[in-house]
Amino acid sequence: MYGSGRIIPALIIFVGLMTFPIWHNAGKAQQPPQIVLPTQYDECVRDPQFMRESHMVLLHEWRDDILRKSGPRSGVTPSGMRYERSLQKGCVTCHSNKETFCDECHNYTAVVPDCWACHLEPTKEAI
Amino acid sequence: MKKDRRGFLKLAGCAAAAGIGSSTAFHSLLRGEAKAAGLQRAGKDKEKADTRLGMAIDVNKFLENRGLAERCIRICHDIHNVPDFGNPKDEIKWLWNDKFENVFVKDTHYRQSERLLGMPVLTLCNHCDNPPCVRACPTKATFKKIDGVVGMDYHRCIGCRFCMAACPYGARSFNYRDPRGKDRNGRTFIRELNQEYPARTMGVVEKCNFCTERLAVGQLPACVEEARPYEAMFFGNLNDPNSEISRVLRDKFTILRRPSLGTYPSVFYII
Repeated sequence: MYGSGRIIPALIIFVGLMTFPIWHNAGKAQQPPQIVLPTQYDECVRDPQFMRESHMVLLHEWRDDILRKSGPRSGVTPSGMRYERSLQKGCVTCHSNKETFCDECHNYTAVVPDCWACHLEPTKEAI
Repeated sequence: MKKDRRGFLKLAGCAAAAGIGSSTAFHSLLRGEAKAAGLQRAGKDKEKADTRLGMAIDVNKFLENRGLAERCIRICHDIHNVPDFGNPKDEIKWLWNDKFENVFVKDTHYRQSERLLGMPVLTLCNHCDNPPCVRACPTKATFKKIDGVVGMDYHRCIGCRFCMAACPYGARSFNYRDPRGKDRNGRTFIRELNQEYPARTMGVVEKCNFCTERLAVGQLPACVEEARPYEAMFFGNLNDPNSEISRVLRDKFTILRRPSLGTYPSVFYII
C-alpha cells in the first residue's frame, strides 16, 4: 500500500482520539443526578416514576385544562392531599430550590426547558 | 408524441372544467367553512350559553373620582406583572385611559358634544362574543372560553401579531423588549414582581384576561373591585337576568365600542 507508513499510524491515532470518551471513562460509574427532595411531604401529586418521566406532560395538561376549559385549579391525591395545579403556585411551594431540583436533572440530560423565562423562580423569601 | 393545436385546446378545456368542478378551496368557501369577518356571528348559539361575562363602565363616575382610573390601572398592571417600558411605542396595556374620540370612533356622527372631546375613558379588551383576534390567530394561542372570556395561552404565542392587526380596539400589546429586563438607569420594567402570577417573554402578545385567575377563586376582576364602591364599574354574567350587570344594563343607557364591526363586545359604557 502506498504511503502505509504514514496512513496506518495516523488511522490508529484517529481512532484512538475518537474513542477517547469510551476508554477514558471505562470502568467508572456515572453519577446519577442527586436531587434534593422536600422533606415535609412523602408523596408528590403522582407516583415518583410518573413524575420523573412525565412531569412535563402533566404540566401541559394542567395548563390546557385550566386555561382553555376553565378546569379546576386544585386537585387531590388518592391519599387526600390537596395541591394547586400550577407550576408557580403548586410545584414550587414544595420544590422550592430550582438549582437542586429542576436543574440537577435537566443539566444531566442536557434539556433546556424555558419555563422560567416567564414563570417566576421561587425566591428565598418565599421559602 | 405530436399534439396539434386543436387537441391541446380540448385537453386544456377538460382540465379546466375538472379543476372547477372538483372540490376546491372555492367550494369550501361556498360551504361557509372559512367565514369572513362581518356581522355574521361565528357562534350564534352562544346566546344559549349559561355564562357570558361582561362589564359596564360608568365614564362619569371616573370623571367625578379623579385618580380612580389610574388606581385601577396600577392595580391591574401590578398583579399581572405588566411591564412599563417607559415609551409609548413599546407600551404594554391591559387597562388604560384613552380619549373619548379615540375610544368611540366618530364614524358618521357629524357633530358631538364639546364635553366629550378629550374626555378620558377607561378601556380594556372587550372580550367580544365574535372575537376577530381569535379567528386571526394561526396557533390558537388565543381562544374564546365557555364563560365568554377571550383567553390567551402565552406558551403557544409565536408573536406573529395577526391578532393585533385584527383587533379593532388596540387591546393587544406586543413585547418588543424583554419585560423582565432593565432600562439604562437600572430600573426594572416590572415595578415589583407578583409571585402569584407569571410574567411574559419578549416576542409574545399580551392583553387583559378579565382576571380569569381571580374569577376562578371567586373574586371580582381587580379593576372592578377597586371601582365598585364608587359604582364606576360593574361585572357579572350577562346571561343571568338577576346579576348586577344585567340590572345595570336594563336601567342605564349604554353604548358599545364600534358596534358596526359585528364583534359583539362584552364591555358596555355608560356615558
